[in-house]
Amino acid sequence: MPSAAGEPRVGVLALQGDFAEHEAALARFGVATVQVRRPEQMRGLAALVLPGGESTTMLRLLRSEGLWEPVAAWLGSGRPVLATCAGLILLAREVNRPRQESLGVLDVSVDRNGYGRQVASGTFTLRSAALPGPAEGVFIRAPRITRVGPSVEVLAWRESDPVLVREGPVLAACFHPELQPDHPVTALFVELVRARVPASSMSPRNP
Amino acid sequence: MSTVHTKHAHEANGSLAIPGFTPEAVRAKIGFCEQLKGGVIMDVVNAEQARIAEESGAVAVMALERVPADIRRMGGVARACDPRIIEEIQAAVSIPVMAKVRIGHFAEAQILEALEVDAIDESEVLTPADEEFHVWKHDFKSPFVCGCRDLGEALRRIHEGAAMIRTKGEAGTGNVVEAVRHMRAVMGGIRALRGLEQRELEKRAVEYRVPVELVAWVARQQKLPVPNFSAGGIATPADAALMMQLGAETVFVGSGIFKSQDPMRRAKAIVRAATHFRDPKVLAEVSRDLGEAMPGLEVANLPAEERLAQRGW
Repeated sequence: MPSAAGEPRVGVLALQGDFAEHEAALARFGVATVQVRRPEQMRGLAALVLPGGESTTMLRLLRSEGLWEPVAAWLGSGRPVLATCAGLILLAREVNRPRQESLGVLDVSVDRNGYGRQVASGTFTLRSAALPGPAEGVFIRAPRITRVGPSVEVLAWRESDPVLVREGPVLAACFHPELQPDHPVTALFVELVRARVPASSMSPRNP
Repeated sequence: MSTVHTKHAHEANGSLAIPGFTPEAVRAKIGFCEQLKGGVIMDVVNAEQARIAEESGAVAVMALERVPADIRRMGGVARACDPRIIEEIQAAVSIPVMAKVRIGHFAEAQILEALEVDAIDESEVLTPADEEFHVWKHDFKSPFVCGCRDLGEALRRIHEGAAMIRTKGEAGTGNVVEAVRHMRAVMGGIRALRGLEQRELEKRAVEYRVPVELVAWVARQQKLPVPNFSAGGIATPADAALMMQLGAETVFVGSGIFKSQDPMRRAKAIVRAATHFRDPKVLAEVSRDLGEAMPGLEVANLPAEERLAQRGW
């Protein structure tokens, strides 16, 4: 999608998963997105989205497509990131049940499929001061956060579990805001993107 | 941002109301199927094959007692898988595990739901159990996938509650020709609805034997209300890319992987092809030195009673 003048360009990791839903959600805010499947597509991104999908599939493709190092380096640059479900698993410091490697930039521990198999999937009420109420999240074979580090801010809870967290520029959810039009998490991310982008790093119309 | 733009983007998001589905079914069942997009779902018959599939990057596995090529060879009545095989596969991998039931066999589906399989395939690859009714899939919490040969069949299955649709193709042949025929029929059927007026849509709904609301939804959105996948005869990375360029959002590979000479290598290649389905350079790279593909069958030479795609209606 072409970017309006002065608008930041947001990359959406498009190896597998519901990246098209993230693009549609961001388009509602007039945010231009670019699909990332190859290392050169990381250039000039103001922000990055790691979508839902299967984390094992994305991990293997990050390796086979030569994206692991460029993504890891980009994550170190302090630009905004939105990670949902599988995306959160990719960023977590520690992944359990089963153990799995990860990019490790978000100081949380997670259990994969921590709420059970697909039969346990559904919409659950969130408790949050950061989101306009009443907030809900769609959890699909969702990861469960079992530990949050001292620099991690919890923005929403499902009962006693943290399910929306922020550490610096990284916003991560166990649920799928992209499956609910108008979800406030997408708005929160767009705010983060627009606040962070100085005029000098605005992307040109085309890469 | 204009109101018109908002409404359009809202509808493009797929979270719009779908006739016959509760909002929760749209979020939890169809939402699950959305997570599989851009991936490869592989048939496996034991825990070892399931581990190879996961290691290769499969987004899900389909647990079976026999792959379609062997069902074809052995004949007899093909039924749902032994629960022990499903449990062993569930214990071996962390990705979703699906399994098949016979067309109309809701008791087999109840058993699979009790086993907590992540999705159920009501499949023509098994011997049909009911010649009049498919399973009423809205009764289940598990998402169902069903096969189709054209838009009418796809919409009948969605009306019954299928949360994803796949082409039937001709399973167990290693020949993609039928999957192509079915995908073209679905996509062409969708395009043919564009711009029809209400009375024409009503006529089409009678022909398809589904509520007019469902036909009107497809006419307006120009896509199926649920993810559109492909199955039946996909054996190479190029086959996967072909089906995805024709409109499939994910591919099922049945006999094509574990009936080939080097399953792991072929599985990894098809996974990369599903990601880069529009990138011929990557497709060329992954297609190199894969070893022998499964031996194929010429569909035109199959007697009518051996064509699995004819099962269901």
